[in-house]
Amino acid sequence: MAEFEARLDRGETIEPKDWMPEKYRKQLIRMMSQHAHSEIVGMLPEGNWITRAPCLRRKITLLAKVQDEAGHGLYIYCGTETLGIGREELVDQLLTGKAKYSSIFNYPTLTWADIGVIGWFVDGAAIVNQTMLAKTSYGPYARAMIRICKEENFHKRQGYEICSVLAAGTRAQRDMVQDAVNRWWWPSLMMFGPSDKDSPNSAELIRWRVKRESNDTLRQRFVDLTVPQARAINVSLPDPDLRYNAETERWHFGEIDWDEFYQVIKGNGPCNRERLAARRSAHDDGAWVRDAAAAYAHKRSAVSAA
Amino acid sequence: MTPDDGQVPGNDTQWPLWEVFTQEGEGAPHEHAGSVHAVDAEHALQNARDVYARRGKVVSIWVVPSEQIIASAPGDAGPLFDPGNDKPYRHPQFYKVPRGVRVE
Amino acid sequence: MTNPIATRSSTRSHAAFVSNKHMTSGTWVPGKRSDTATSGIASDPHVTYLLRVADDRLVLGHRLSEWCGHAPILEEDIALGNFALDLIGQASALLKHAGGIESKGRSEDTLAYFRDAVEYRNCLLVELPRGDFAMTLVRQFLFDAYDVLLLEGLVTSTDKTLGGIAAKAEKEARYHLRHSAEWVRMLGDGTAESHGRAQRALNDLWTYTPELFAVDDVDRAIVERGIGPDPVGLRDRWRATVQRVVSDATLTLPPDEHAATGGRTGRHTEHLGRMLSDMQSLARAHPGATW
Repeated sequence: MAEFEARLDRGETIEPKDWMPEKYRKQLIRMMSQHAHSEIVGMLPEGNWITRAPCLRRKITLLAKVQDEAGHGLYIYCGTETLGIGREELVDQLLTGKAKYSSIFNYPTLTWADIGVIGWFVDGAAIVNQTMLAKTSYGPYARAMIRICKEENFHKRQGYEICSVLAAGTRAQRDMVQDAVNRWWWPSLMMFGPSDKDSPNSAELIRWRVKRESNDTLRQRFVDLTVPQARAINVSLPDPDLRYNAETERWHFGEIDWDEFYQVIKGNGPCNRERLAARRSAHDDGAWVRDAAAAYAHKRSAVSAA
Repeated sequence: MTPDDGQVPGNDTQWPLWEVFTQEGEGAPHEHAGSVHAVDAEHALQNARDVYARRGKVVSIWVVPSEQIIASAPGDAGPLFDPGNDKPYRHPQFYKVPRGVRVE
Repeated sequence: MTNPIATRSSTRSHAAFVSNKHMTSGTWVPGKRSDTATSGIASDPHVTYLLRVADDRLVLGHRLSEWCGHAPILEEDIALGNFALDLIGQASALLKHAGGIESKGRSEDTLAYFRDAVEYRNCLLVELPRGDFAMTLVRQFLFDAYDVLLLEGLVTSTDKTLGGIAAKAEKEARYHLRHSAEWVRMLGDGTAESHGRAQRALNDLWTYTPELFAVDDVDRAIVERGIGPDPVGLRDRWRATVQRVVSDATLTLPPDEHAATGGRTGRHTEHLGRMLSDMQSLARAHPGATW
């Protein structure tokens, strides 16, 4: 253990076959699988608008974005499997409610503007988090993050562009984007998780260099990036307490309603049940397909072995 | 022997794991990109292409069943790799070349 | 007694009387298909042909995109999404080109979002609901086997723009075919359940396949001008590919019976209207808006 922690202090990367404390392995499995589940569940609120995308270019780029998310989930599931747990078991944990996923995906996408705002806020927040994780101590996770960060920049830019076009559009479009911003701002801030003093896992994760910065630091970074972006497109953020602190060069923001966060985590968010039901259907309805492919390959290998 | 309904015996219908290596551009080495689940080699190649070669820079893909990969154990690092570290003549910087002479 | 506003019949078994204020004259000829039956909107065969090729892809791509987030396994979600992207991308390029030839100021978005079902020119095969995974992959295979041949023929089109689009699309189509054919084999020769579903899908879809190779005045004009291949000429090679994969899959080709047609002249199933009302709803709610 001392050697393990010394390695971490030297900034070394831990690889799948290296010795690691059981707790480290468990924490990583929890964190990585939660991240992967989030990518997969995250396909649903956005996928909701693919069939209704209002022009071909948006249809294509939204479909590409959601596909990327599936890919990201896949990279991280595969990274998690290096820790000695199978994909089937990971999926099972999600579908039975044992594993969590990011609270943000339990909110509904009510209008097309939600799609833009998700790209801008949710992917924006994810980038802040993932850029930090690119230096995480576990090799497969870090490498997955680097690959994902490269792809994520297009997602955020796409979302911001949608919002800026709406904000400069018809009256109905301007109202649409402001309404979406009003609904998604606070849940996006909650994505970074509770303040570290209230977060049970944070201290350990930071000691083991899995997380490199605190939730509050990341949240502040996100706010500082996003406020000027909102001003640039004439969209207001629903926080009467938002003000610039010239001394710290940071944007002070209002109190987050953590009750809402805990309710959503507990399963009482607007879409928790639907999200899981959709994933369960896909999995259950798809069982015969997975079985068929496995049977086909099995027959082929039996033939070639004969 | 498979049962009549074609089902694979036992509960193992999980698709095996394959490691994916991609080559980005002519002459570049194949690098590990990640993994995919698939039932056989053809299926693995297709899945690898869909997951890791979407952005079109990849010119070649290798897939290998994960269990076929034999890796050095971390404990071997010393004996296997250290001897190379103290042989400076394997590194280009060791050789002084007169200025103005092109070596490559 | 002839109805002065009568239009041509576009199905073999019965005439359809459609009044259309754009029609200037009409001769009722039983059993003869013609694409000016429903509208004066696209009477240039070149434009109509481009719309047929484009609409096939747009509708099929849209159907594939409906699987997003719901596929049996993550890898397949990504694959189907890739194919949807390829097809919709091709459709967009083709619609843009069609709008250009038509010269009435219709962009690819105008064509995609502001045409009603009766103005769409896709074949019926692609508009059917996605059904289960077997239905989707069997349909995809039947289309891909045709598409590879069609695109091969379009690469040398006298319409250079069309040729360019086809050259890029051909590479994509070859890959789609590889994937869908493999799935037909896996499902046909997988478990008893997958075999049953695949056979049912093939049985249900077969009647829609002859439309891919039907010929009318538009096709004749296109062939004459060297714009596209003769559909009839594609049929035997398509059938050979289909037969081979179907046999490998331990499935049976259904008997050739009735051919369901009409899509090429705007006579669609009820499915297309419902699909378009979903697809077009937002764009139509804000006409003239930029997105």
